[in-house]
Amino acid sequence: MILEVKHGYFGYPKDKNLLQDICFTLGEKEIMTILGQNGIGKTTILKCVTGILKWRQGQTLINGKSMDSSRKALNQIPIGYVPQAHPLSFPYTVRELVTMGRARHIGVFSVPSGKDKKIADQAIDEVGIRSIRDKLCTQLSGGQLQLVFIARALAGEPKVLVLDEPESHLDFRNQFLIIKLIMRLVRERGLSCIINTHYPEHALRLSDTTLLLGQNSYLFGKTKEIITEKRVEEYFEINVKILPVLYQGEEINAFVVLDSI
Amino acid sequence: MICKQKNLKFIWLVMLLSLVGMFFVSLYGGRYFIPPGEVGEILSARLRGGAQDSIAGSVVWNLRLPRTLLNVLVGAGLAIAGASYQGIFKNPLVSPDVLGVSSGAAFGAAFGILLSGVNQFATVLALIFGILSVFMTYSLSKLRGESSTLSLVLSGMIISAVFSALISLIKYVADPYDKLPAITYWLMGSFSNASYSNLKLVGVPILVGIVGLLLLRWRINILSLGDEEAYSLGINPVRTRLVIIAMATFVTASCVTVTGVIGWVGLVIPHICRMLVGEDHKNLLPASCIVGAIFMIIVDIIARSATAAEIPIGILTALVGAPFFALLFKTSKGDWQ
Repeated sequence: MILEVKHGYFGYPKDKNLLQDICFTLGEKEIMTILGQNGIGKTTILKCVTGILKWRQGQTLINGKSMDSSRKALNQIPIGYVPQAHPLSFPYTVRELVTMGRARHIGVFSVPSGKDKKIADQAIDEVGIRSIRDKLCTQLSGGQLQLVFIARALAGEPKVLVLDEPESHLDFRNQFLIIKLIMRLVRERGLSCIINTHYPEHALRLSDTTLLLGQNSYLFGKTKEIITEKRVEEYFEINVKILPVLYQGEEINAFVVLDSI
Repeated sequence: MICKQKNLKFIWLVMLLSLVGMFFVSLYGGRYFIPPGEVGEILSARLRGGAQDSIAGSVVWNLRLPRTLLNVLVGAGLAIAGASYQGIFKNPLVSPDVLGVSSGAAFGAAFGILLSGVNQFATVLALIFGILSVFMTYSLSKLRGESSTLSLVLSGMIISAVFSALISLIKYVADPYDKLPAITYWLMGSFSNASYSNLKLVGVPILVGIVGLLLLRWRINILSLGDEEAYSLGINPVRTRLVIIAMATFVTASCVTVTGVIGWVGLVIPHICRMLVGEDHKNLLPASCIVGAIFMIIVDIIARSATAAEIPIGILTALVGAPFFALLFKTSKGDWQ
């Protein structure tokens, strides 16, 4: 077990009890997905896990150590956070932006060393964006920008990668490429991942565990047990049918929405 | 943008050579022309300790040298402060006076002139009020319980407005034959009272601020991504931002203190530098220092030699800066979001 959230509570001034008593664990090389309706607190969970926001109560443990009490824990097992692709204030080049992922390894008064630049370049190669590395981030498409953010997170040499709706705003080929990339990173780098997603079929395809977040309750467990027709109906208030498609020995699940239009 | 390593080296070389070149042009150029060769002789004689009692020697050593040194310091200081502010406020249109530094310092100087005329007292008062105004801005932004960029900028506008009103009040009550012209002249900015004693007064704070900002220059990149992303990259942005604001403010206040309000440098120079060396603050900050110094030397040569009476330099920087900025605005093709 590499990461654990124990009894996490969080709320905003307008919605005081957004998250209540959140508990889950993430094992090594495991992929966990978080599913739930818009505005239900998925992104907030990720921000609390990564330390961007502070749990009002409860804590995140990394390798058994509390993240708040020791910043060491976070530096030994860094968490790489990949935000939703968003416009940048300044037109940095791809390389400059990816190098910023090294921030936690670079002293306050220092600038990136040759080693930092090398690691950043490796991250760029790993996600396959070498051809655009001297381009300005403001000139990229949504899919390319998403890859840049993933490369930036990888440059920090994380053990846990946290991605906020990485496949949103992408066409379905790019969605698939991102998912393939995540699977490859888990396999090759031995990363653990937490992923917010709006697509239950993606969750079924790639994750080991799933947290299904509702208004006042949530479920956490093995993905196959969590994502069922009944549960989706309960948490998303929509009727679906899960249709298994057999292709080259692999069972791929398709989701069909049954509600009439 | 130009980012090729080789080009970058060439650009640095050109910038440094231009700075050195303009520095010497500034020593022999002006209403009282001194041939370049003689300037060299005067400098080497003075540096060896042999003081010559010639008019040329005194012009170069006592007037132009301190003035040019002050040009370099103030140009570099205002430009690097502008680049730093733009970075940490995530806004390329922010200038060093957003937090009320300029209007606070201007009020201090005007108040000092009102009380006792143009002297060191006014200078010190300017520095005190410059720093005080930022402190007030910061406290005001904290009232809302968060230190967001927006609340800082809004608080800066409020504090600026208050000090601007107070400046108007001082101008209204000042003696129209003696003190009012002095105040007005100071508010338009000028290097005319450059001297070694002024240089001593603000040289150290400006240099300390510049060196501090240069050391933190790569961190500004991280802060420019916004607080959430900084946290997610393992950096606590709050303290670093405070240190950067303090240093940029200290530099700006020190500059305003001796030269009066010189606008546009902190806004325009970083933009020129972005076109030269790119967006990375690692290169942008040192480049801003050099280009800011070059710009200030050139504009000051014009200010003191274009007409028989000196033109306030704030007028010139605005007249040069505003059209240039309009040009940038037209050609930048919306690289800024």
